[in-house]
Amino acid sequence: MDSKTNNVNCNKSCSIIEWIDYRLPFLSFLKHLQHYRTPKNLSYLWSMGSIAGIALVIQIVTGIVLAMHYTPHVDYAFESVEKIMRNVNYGWLIRYMHAVGASMFFVAVYIHIARGLYYGSYKTPRELLWQIGIVIFLVMMATAFMGYVLPWGQMSYWGATVITNLFSAIPLVGENIVTWLWGGFSVDNPTLNRFFSLHYLLPFIIIALVMLHLIALHTHGSNNPKGIDVTEKDTIPFHPYYTIKDFVGFGVYFLIFAFFIFYEPNYLGHPDNYTPANPMVTPAHIVPEWYFLPFYAILRAVPSKLGGVLLMFASIFVLFFLPWLDRSPIRSASFRPLYRISFWLFVIDCLVLGYVGGKPPEEPYLTISRIAATYYFFNFFILLPFISKYEKPLPLPSSL
Amino acid sequence: MKHEFVMLFRIFICIFLLCSSISASAHSHTALPPKKMEWPFDGMFGTFDRQAAQRGFQVYKEVCAACHGLYNLSYRNLKDIGFSDAEIKEIAKNYTLQDGPNDAGEMYDRPAMPSDKFVHPYPNEQAARAANNGAYPPDLSLVVKSREDGANYLYSLLTGYHDAPTDITIMPGLSYNPYFAGTQIAMPPPLTDGQVTYADGTKASVEQMARDVTIFLQWSAEPEMEHRKSMGLKVMIFLVIFTIFFYIAKQRIWKDVK
Repeated sequence: MDSKTNNVNCNKSCSIIEWIDYRLPFLSFLKHLQHYRTPKNLSYLWSMGSIAGIALVIQIVTGIVLAMHYTPHVDYAFESVEKIMRNVNYGWLIRYMHAVGASMFFVAVYIHIARGLYYGSYKTPRELLWQIGIVIFLVMMATAFMGYVLPWGQMSYWGATVITNLFSAIPLVGENIVTWLWGGFSVDNPTLNRFFSLHYLLPFIIIALVMLHLIALHTHGSNNPKGIDVTEKDTIPFHPYYTIKDFVGFGVYFLIFAFFIFYEPNYLGHPDNYTPANPMVTPAHIVPEWYFLPFYAILRAVPSKLGGVLLMFASIFVLFFLPWLDRSPIRSASFRPLYRISFWLFVIDCLVLGYVGGKPPEEPYLTISRIAATYYFFNFFILLPFISKYEKPLPLPSSL
Repeated sequence: MKHEFVMLFRIFICIFLLCSSISASAHSHTALPPKKMEWPFDGMFGTFDRQAAQRGFQVYKEVCAACHGLYNLSYRNLKDIGFSDAEIKEIAKNYTLQDGPNDAGEMYDRPAMPSDKFVHPYPNEQAARAANNGAYPPDLSLVVKSREDGANYLYSLLTGYHDAPTDITIMPGLSYNPYFAGTQIAMPPPLTDGQVTYADGTKASVEQMARDVTIFLQWSAEPEMEHRKSMGLKVMIFLVIFTIFFYIAKQRIWKDVK
């Protein structure tokens, strides 16, 4: 704001930067980081947001380079990926960064979401911030799913077949919708082409959503580990304090990232995807990428197809209503002894769902997945409202 | 905070015990888990044993190549495992492939060149199936990556043929191999002792040939591996220093925050 007043009065002594900033307030935007007040007690868990942002940028940059060498055609897709791995300079590095990067992006986002759950970051006045985050998560999942189809290996093909077929569960128009999604009567070249197109588009939509997420965040500022509203004296400028702290977080994140890229690049993938897609041969077990496994487990826990699909979508959409399911005015789990227990039980429940999601749909995994899926919804619809009504919170501190 | 960690730790132990008891009961009817071998390409400093990889190429060329392609490789790639340009030219020359059309519009046969991809043993999948009792010998260039625990699996499969237990009836044309899913495999035992004559005098036992060809196929699946691992070390060292510097900077900047 002060730069504007400068510029109004600026006649001769006006620098180029000030001239530009008066017309396009880019510098003022950068200064916003310096003026943006942040609670002083944020832990490294609060670095996950910017880490996820970096992960998105890495995916976009590596993805654009990969798209220069990739051929979205059923006859050439697999081969063009191998060409990237073998004949493009550092192609293996770029592709492994992209493939491992997707997993790392989900790790960061899952920790980010879990942090929001633990410290009640979804509560007033941050409900919309939370909901935009869930939309980002949904678009991310769609992007990741379509990206996994592109190498056109066995898991790509059969994963695409299983997931697109879910829409056939919709009554009356289901089959028509699936044909429309495929662009034909099976997963084939038109499907691959449109998945490539959408896989290229959606990350830019995510960027737009991230901007909304940041606008909503900067309106009321970050929540903090104590979950109480902060006053001016409890805050510090984002820059340099949190820029430098985030860089430490980036370093650790990149170390883990690099370990997987260089030493275990295929650990998080499935070996079957190095076999070219073959519509005549179904793999023994069709499993999605690890980050979808909890939802896949919920899908398979229900004996009816439509029921499974509805429950799977419900398991994500329930998050939209979280701010109203948890009525407690206390944000941080540090002051909510019962909620804290329910949080960790919920985390375990998700891990159990993830584990059984990767196993064949047979006993004892089916029973475990049914119990775990039931608990998932029990947690949101019964436990949380109940806890928030009857829990005796610990006394809140008056300031950080 | 400490309280949560203790709780989380207990929970992980419970999950681990649960998982291990479940997986122990689930595997009893499927193939045997592969033998655990030590490989020169294992670990952070793993490399390709070039002598072994060259011997492995000889095994591939003289045994496997009768039925299995190596589609993602070109002859020129053999330079990575220590063949000279002249040797590669010689190797390629032994294969014939169809090229064309020439100026007269005719397809013609010519000897392969180093820039050509490995010539397929069969003109198409149908021909391969017709020659192999209906089974399709898979391409081997990615076989190590496309199987769980690929190198150990391949070695176990190649050395794992033996007479079937009496309670198993082998279908005609199939062989018993406990490491193969379903334990009956269309590939007859491919290796016999002394099947190839190694130029370096190594004794060509089944185990030796299986080990050599596994090393060769590991290279063919991940030719970038040595480069990747050596680069990884530099990147990790850089990142450790980067992180430490930023941590020190963070501590200094934050020292006044109370």
